[in-house]
Amino acid sequence: MASIPEGMSAGKSSLRSLRIPPLVGPILILIFLILLVTLINPRFLSSANVANLLRQSSILLIVAIGETYIIMMGSIDLSIEGVMALTSVIIGIFAENYFNNNDLGLIAVLLAVLIGVAMGFLNGVVHTKLRIPSFMATLGMMYVGLGLATWISNGMNLPILDPMILSWARGNTGPIPNLTFFGLAMFLIAFFLERYTRFGRYVKAIGGAEDRAKLAGVPIDKYKILAFTLAGFFVGVGGVLNSARIGAGAANSGLNYLFAAITAVVVGGTALTGGTGGVLQTLIGAMIVIVIGNGMVLAGVHSFVQLAVQGVIITVAVILTIDRSKLPFVK
Amino acid sequence: MSDYLLEVRNVSKSFPGVKALDDVSLFVKPNEIVGLVGENGAGKSTLLKILIGAYHPDEGQVLIRDKPVEIRSVKEAEEHGLAMVFQEQSLLPNLTVRENIFLANEEQFIRYGVINWKKMDQEARRQLAKVELDIDPASYTSDLTFATRQMVELARAMSLEDRTQYQPIVILDEPTTVLEKAEKELLFERVRALKDRASIVFVSHHLDEILELTDRVYVFKDGRKVAERATSETNVGELHRLMVGREIKGEYYRQGKQIEAGEEIVLQVKNLNQSGKFKDINFELHKGEIIGIAGVLGSGREEVCRTIAGVDKPESGTIQINGTTLHLGSPSAAINAGIGYVPQDRGGEGLVLYLSLGPNITLPDMSQVMRSGLVNLKAERQLAERWIDRMKIKTPGADALCLNLSGGNQQKVVLSKWLATKVKVFVLDHPTRGIDVGAKEEVYELIRELAKQGIAFLLIADTLEETIGLSNIIITMKDGEITRRMESPPDNKPSPVDVIEGMM
Repeated sequence: MASIPEGMSAGKSSLRSLRIPPLVGPILILIFLILLVTLINPRFLSSANVANLLRQSSILLIVAIGETYIIMMGSIDLSIEGVMALTSVIIGIFAENYFNNNDLGLIAVLLAVLIGVAMGFLNGVVHTKLRIPSFMATLGMMYVGLGLATWISNGMNLPILDPMILSWARGNTGPIPNLTFFGLAMFLIAFFLERYTRFGRYVKAIGGAEDRAKLAGVPIDKYKILAFTLAGFFVGVGGVLNSARIGAGAANSGLNYLFAAITAVVVGGTALTGGTGGVLQTLIGAMIVIVIGNGMVLAGVHSFVQLAVQGVIITVAVILTIDRSKLPFVK
Repeated sequence: MSDYLLEVRNVSKSFPGVKALDDVSLFVKPNEIVGLVGENGAGKSTLLKILIGAYHPDEGQVLIRDKPVEIRSVKEAEEHGLAMVFQEQSLLPNLTVRENIFLANEEQFIRYGVINWKKMDQEARRQLAKVELDIDPASYTSDLTFATRQMVELARAMSLEDRTQYQPIVILDEPTTVLEKAEKELLFERVRALKDRASIVFVSHHLDEILELTDRVYVFKDGRKVAERATSETNVGELHRLMVGREIKGEYYRQGKQIEAGEEIVLQVKNLNQSGKFKDINFELHKGEIIGIAGVLGSGREEVCRTIAGVDKPESGTIQINGTTLHLGSPSAAINAGIGYVPQDRGGEGLVLYLSLGPNITLPDMSQVMRSGLVNLKAERQLAERWIDRMKIKTPGADALCLNLSGGNQQKVVLSKWLATKVKVFVLDHPTRGIDVGAKEEVYELIRELAKQGIAFLLIADTLEETIGLSNIIITMKDGEITRRMESPPDNKPSPVDVIEGMM
């Protein structure tokens, strides 16, 4: 094998190391933000606030994980708030609650998550089989979810009384909020799926170049549907936990999660064009989004201005990720 | 039981306006390297697409190991032991080598849904060893050179022998197009080494390569198989004659209509430089003149054309149109000055395929159909109809999307688009690529007609014969520099050998 001429060997390792830094950037930004906010308001690192940060970022992380797969695939899922709304109302009706005599406990949770799975599955089927762009298919699903949730709940909050479900979001184990464990578990599952299964491989392949993946024999539609279904699962879990956190099933419980989730994915370094990134990036991205939000509250920034700042962040993040993702793609 | 691994029987395939394959038959024996030669548009790629299931034949049959097969996808082709190394490369740049080799075939490494990376790594190394490629299977394909990626594709194709238990049939589609000489030699060496465990179909229009590598060769022309030869019993001259034959009959390029160039200089290029691409480019183009630039890939001729069209910006030098200096690096400045650029990639750069004829024609200069600040759709339609008429564009109607036109007719739309803007100089990059013979002749006719009207042409032709046949002047380029400038009058055309000397 000595006959390989120069230029025939694999690229220099320095080239390859370019692939890792996309994670380094967001981590440095996260550290910088933590230092900055701490300087502005030292209460940021108080145990109460840290616990609060963990709670918020756990739910966002779970929701954003699902979106990560979709964006890696080069598609988009806009149905998040609709899915969260419907799962929230379902849990509000079937778990022990203030309005009726239902007390299905874990079965209610299962039902709610299954609704999320079903909505995700439908997203995938409509997108692939009817050949509707994912943007449109999932936008439609968002309003289906919001509409049904509002109709079922009559637009009211449905207070949840089930102590087990409430404890998931409100309780602590030692000093650590229980939600953290949910977030961590979901993250590990997602990371494993991405790294060690065919699913993870194909999602990346489809996002890299769908036509080539198809030529290689990847069953594109099947894996797209699977990705949307999994996204529905994660968003469903996020919807249940979020309902537990606010203590009620409500049609508006997913408000602002769509934007925050996409921001988390993109800020972490998953390019909207697909093919790069992953849930590890999203983990960092979700923490950045939460730290900025929390930091602005602590700094006394008006809530409307906070929204504007988020808008600026995602725009900047898109610019950065597109630049970064171009590096490994020398086509 | 015949001793054929692959057999194609009387296959025909038509597309609107083109008979791409006409009653083609061929066979491949085990452990044989078979060459397919033919010019662009001869039907080679159509046949390959049938073999990998991208097209379905209108008539005829494909047999693999004596069994008639219906191939509907690459995956199915692979199940029959047939794999293709694509011209445009089909590896995913954002995946690693091992992931690419086993993409869509991970079953063997999966237990309980989990991929065993270590095992895949070992297996990938084994496949890479078949082509003697010693690289880390975990490296990303985007970090590899083109030649190495090609080897990886070859390894991927060879992995079929483990997956299917059959001897693989590997199709190499124009694999040498962008390879350096050393890389090419290496590829040939590896392909020869694979011969005792695979059959190879080698597609190329480089006749010397075919002679060097193959055992048997099929010659394609205009959708038909015109000859089959044992490689040892043929030579470049014969293959060439079989492949292009017709060009010998004099008027194919409408040489009789070639006119004397005018006195007036339309385009003057002075000291154009772009480091690494081209150096000190100087020439002038007169009214009604056709200058053909000859050169191999990497000679810099494409880059010069793109620079004149304003797509690329040079480091130094000037370009003048009718004595007025052109603002460089701006396509819109070039268009305003009267330069019409017909890029090689008609679909990608030349036309908006999802628009109909009218909007495509008016795209560079919409003022033709603007009335008080609004687009006058009726005027646009009339304009489209005038051009359909004048250029004899074959289309179901003015509203048809350009997507639905044949290659030759698309090219006419591209030309119409520029003619509508009162173009003075046409920069044509492979204007007849991928269109059939009849349409080619119409394009030649059109070029002559326009030259007569005083339009000047800078041409990168599809073949050497085309360059010689069409041009008044031939400029040869090598390594970014102009090496020769020769007259090419209709009654005394230079021979291909003369031109090649300037290119090599």
